[in-house]
Amino acid sequence: MEGFEPKIVAFCCKWCSYAAADLAGTSRLKIKPNFVVIRTMCSSRVDPEFILQAFLNGADGVLVAGCHPGDCHYVNGNYKTLRRVMLLKKVLEQLGIDPRRLRLEWIAASESRKFVVTIRKFVDELKQLGPLRLEAGDDNGSNG
Amino acid sequence: MGKPKFAFYWCASCGGCEETVLDLNEKILEVVDKVDIVFWPVALDFKRKDIEVMKEGEIDVAFINGAIRTSEQEEMAKLLREKAKLVVAFGACAQLGGIPGLANFWVRSDIFDRIYKKVPTVANPEGVVPQQVVEMDGYKLTLPEFYDTVKTLDQTIPVDYYLPGCPPPPDLIMNAIETILKGELPEKGTVLAPDKALCDTCPRNETKPEKLSIKDIKRPHEVIIDPEKCFLAQGIICLGPVTRSGCGERCINANMPCRGCMGPTSEVRDQGAKAVSFIASILGVEDEEKLSEEEVQKLIDKIVDPAGTFYRFSLPASLLRRRRK
Repeated sequence: MEGFEPKIVAFCCKWCSYAAADLAGTSRLKIKPNFVVIRTMCSSRVDPEFILQAFLNGADGVLVAGCHPGDCHYVNGNYKTLRRVMLLKKVLEQLGIDPRRLRLEWIAASESRKFVVTIRKFVDELKQLGPLRLEAGDDNGSNG
Repeated sequence: MGKPKFAFYWCASCGGCEETVLDLNEKILEVVDKVDIVFWPVALDFKRKDIEVMKEGEIDVAFINGAIRTSEQEEMAKLLREKAKLVVAFGACAQLGGIPGLANFWVRSDIFDRIYKKVPTVANPEGVVPQQVVEMDGYKLTLPEFYDTVKTLDQTIPVDYYLPGCPPPPDLIMNAIETILKGELPEKGTVLAPDKALCDTCPRNETKPEKLSIKDIKRPHEVIIDPEKCFLAQGIICLGPVTRSGCGERCINANMPCRGCMGPTSEVRDQGAKAVSFIASILGVEDEEKLSEEEVQKLIDKIVDPAGTFYRFSLPASLLRRRRK
């Protein structure tokens, strides 16, 4: 996939992963520019609908990032996130979308390097997978 | 002024929506008293040409059931839209795609292959599949096009109101007809049913524990279901939390969990995604801090066919609409 630059939507929780992304910036770490961050209060605020909507709106990959298990600011939100992402991956696979396009990572506020590496690895993987090309209303059919 | 003119039509559906009109029982006589039924192919001998000669807006209400999967259904939906002042999407298939919408997990070629060649009871050694045009003895025979993708009615024509359910319950139908006859119609696009989740009216709501936790997923045929207790508390997937009420809890009263035919409430865009969300949040919640990722995966894997379960009635109406190639 020559010249293809994947687009990533990264849902980051305010308390850990967003802080890590912020720290990566203030520490002037070099990071691939293929992502946009959407900050949520908790990774468990990320409704599966948001993820599907992100894919429909042109994302080639979606990253959901939260605090490490046991470290959730809201005690146990991220455990729900883990199960939602796992279940949604199965649904995505059945709908013909490679589940690797949805990635879950635990990134603590201090782990700016992990954020950088996560994005880099995700970009590389999405380059292998190629563009997703889902458009709203595209039904792959011959109707109308 | 004569009586209001009603039309009924049947697209990709099982026929249950036609029967449910008869479930109005003696009330159907009141309806027939107040309206003229000008088109109802399943019951009355009016033809397409009878509709074609009508003026625009001459029909007051067209109730269309079924999803749209062939060119003929699309044409008829468009014709009725042109002639009717109001179009009501009648039933789960017209509103959401319904059971025929599950075909969106495949494409036409897979479906034809399966139905006409691979089903064990089919003998078709020459591999004949339906063609749109066939020439035979100098005659040209045609069939409507069978589309790759099943669509909802409102993805085909503008729809004014929706009557949900598989099939819509008689009290909601009667209510809708009375509302229309009185001219007290709500805002266009309204689903003519209550807007609360089924759990709210479920007779088993009392037995729902304060904190729901599913330790293990059970399928209805694997267990003897307690006829009093909340299905989710028994580990059986029930779509009550993400499904609109108003169905009369017919499945629940028959000791079967909700499968979601009434569609989501107006707050929810994608019923299946919401189902993913709520099932995942109560699955193994009791021991969530102790479970390893492998153990969680095992629990999740006990949900057989999650997409088919969560989008059973709503795949064409969902955000993704179909399986992508």
